[in-house]
Amino acid sequence: MNLYAIKSIYRFEMARAWRTLTQSIISPVLSTSLYFVVFGAAIGSRIPEVDGVSYGSFIVPGLIMLSLLTQSISNASFGIYFPRFTGTIYEVLSAPVSYLEIVIAYVGAAASKSLILGVIILATAGLFVDLRIEHPFWMMLFFVLTAITFSLLGFIIGIWADGFEKLQLVPMLIVTPLTFLGGSFYSIKMLPPFWQTVTLFNPVVYLVSGFRWSFYGIADVSPALSLGMTVFFLVACIALVAWIFKTGYRLKP
Amino acid sequence: MTTMLSVSNLSKVYEGGFTALKDINLDIRRGEIFALLGPNGAGKTTLISIICGLVNASAGKVTVGGHDIVDDYRAARSLIGLVPQELTTDAFETVFSAVSFSRGLFGKAPDPVYIEKVLRSLSLWDKRNNKIMTLSGGMKRRLLIAKALSHEPRMLFLDEPTAGVDVELRRDMWNLVRGLREDGVTILLTTHYIEEAEEMADRIGVIRKGEIILVENKATLMHQLGKKQLTVHLQSPLDAVPDSLAAYALERGEDGHALTYTYDTEREHPGITDLLADLNTAGIGFKDVNTTQSSLEDIFVSLVKK
Ligand SMILES: Nc1ncnc2c1ncn2[C@@H]1O[C@H](COP(=O)(O)OP(=O)(O)OP(=O)(O)O)[C@@H](O)[C@H]1O
Ligand SMILES: [Mg+2]
Repeated sequence: MNLYAIKSIYRFEMARAWRTLTQSIISPVLSTSLYFVVFGAAIGSRIPEVDGVSYGSFIVPGLIMLSLLTQSISNASFGIYFPRFTGTIYEVLSAPVSYLEIVIAYVGAAASKSLILGVIILATAGLFVDLRIEHPFWMMLFFVLTAITFSLLGFIIGIWADGFEKLQLVPMLIVTPLTFLGGSFYSIKMLPPFWQTVTLFNPVVYLVSGFRWSFYGIADVSPALSLGMTVFFLVACIALVAWIFKTGYRLKP
Repeated sequence: MTTMLSVSNLSKVYEGGFTALKDINLDIRRGEIFALLGPNGAGKTTLISIICGLVNASAGKVTVGGHDIVDDYRAARSLIGLVPQELTTDAFETVFSAVSFSRGLFGKAPDPVYIEKVLRSLSLWDKRNNKIMTLSGGMKRRLLIAKALSHEPRMLFLDEPTAGVDVELRRDMWNLVRGLREDGVTILLTTHYIEEAEEMADRIGVIRKGEIILVENKATLMHQLGKKQLTVHLQSPLDAVPDSLAAYALERGEDGHALTYTYDTEREHPGITDLLADLNTAGIGFKDVNTTQSSLEDIFVSLVKK
């Protein structure tokens, strides 16, 4: 293992986040706070409790998932796309670094950033609503696994993209809709039966449900199923990344 | 002398079917400076990119310091420093952190003292805390060299290091490269400037349309270049060179209207005055004399034009 290389890339990526502090931390915190003001306080006060949890508290896990997903993807995709775009990737490709080390460094940095962000959002939420975490261990597990999985997905997008538009395409057209429709702001039990079934094809439902269960012990689908799906997505992303590196896809002519 | 870089039967066909390299064979010796000359699009960058791991080869084998660049890429790449042709740098990093980053990437423990030495040798020390985007083009080029040297490579690839660099800086770079060679670093540089190859290289290779068409010691090439030709245009044609002039090995040309004498400029007595005197003695009158010398440039152009 070339640990110095992993450390170098990781540090470089974290320094980038630090330089763009406003963009990478303050803006997500601000938008989350706005969600709380609108959904939690303004609208939430007129919505009855969901399974014994006040609406404001109910949406916290979903909101964290929302930023975890979008931030992991955008951090990781940008992190690898940008050096490809400017050409500075030549240095990483010519270094005695294995693909595994490259992934650990880039994905690790992206996941770290979104985890830090998740914690900040959690703390911000604590200022607005009552929070309780019934299953801290499982909460951490869902938290970390999701950050890694979606950072991997972002990494894949960053390698696949051949323009800045494509970089935005997947997050905008797929991830954001799926997250909004994934039960971040409601329990899928509130939907008509037909839509409840349709929703089960949305992978985000499993992530949000499992994460919310670790907070309040309430879930739309069984926690075991949630965990199974989370691990499944992780493995799928790892397999895809392995394929990319095996073929040199879009990294080396 | 041992081999540092060995390229055998290397070919590259780019996606889309363009053949950029055809069956390249090339050995670079440990500690030498090798200049690769060739016109635009000849395949110089492609060759370097394959050796450094930026482009996949279509066929063939490359070893660096005896390590295969695919099977044993870690060992091979640890030995290599690459200065790319394009000025590709980050923008917001500082000079010092960018060079330290490169060192880490190549698996070496941080060594600020060494980094300082490298930055000083490239006159970048004063700029160490500046963001890269505030550097001039020539400074960025030197930064790329500093990054390539940050991990103490044993073989350095310089892809057109002096393109767009002023005369003074070019001299500095030549001196730097010589200094590296003294430390035993093997150097492969590509260039369009013949004078650069002439100034720096131990051996010169010429690549054209993906094929190496010449590899020669510079000294041998220069020796050929050291020869000059003196042509004497005669007043009346000669059927044969008189025996009294046999020692000069003259060649008859222009249907006997001219005699050509080939001599070595590096010799103390090229024999020109003797020849002219002997021509007089033999009663051969002449109207004019002129001398010609082919330069490395001429050889290069004639090779590449074919
Ligand atoms: N990624 C690529 N895909 C397809 N063709 C390529 C690619 N990179 C280079 N080529 C082609 O391969 C040939 C050799 O290019 P290369 O960059 O190796 O030339 P070069 O000798 O370095 O030229 P120059 O002196 O202009 O730098 C060119 O015809 C170029 O168009
Ligand atoms: Mg080139």
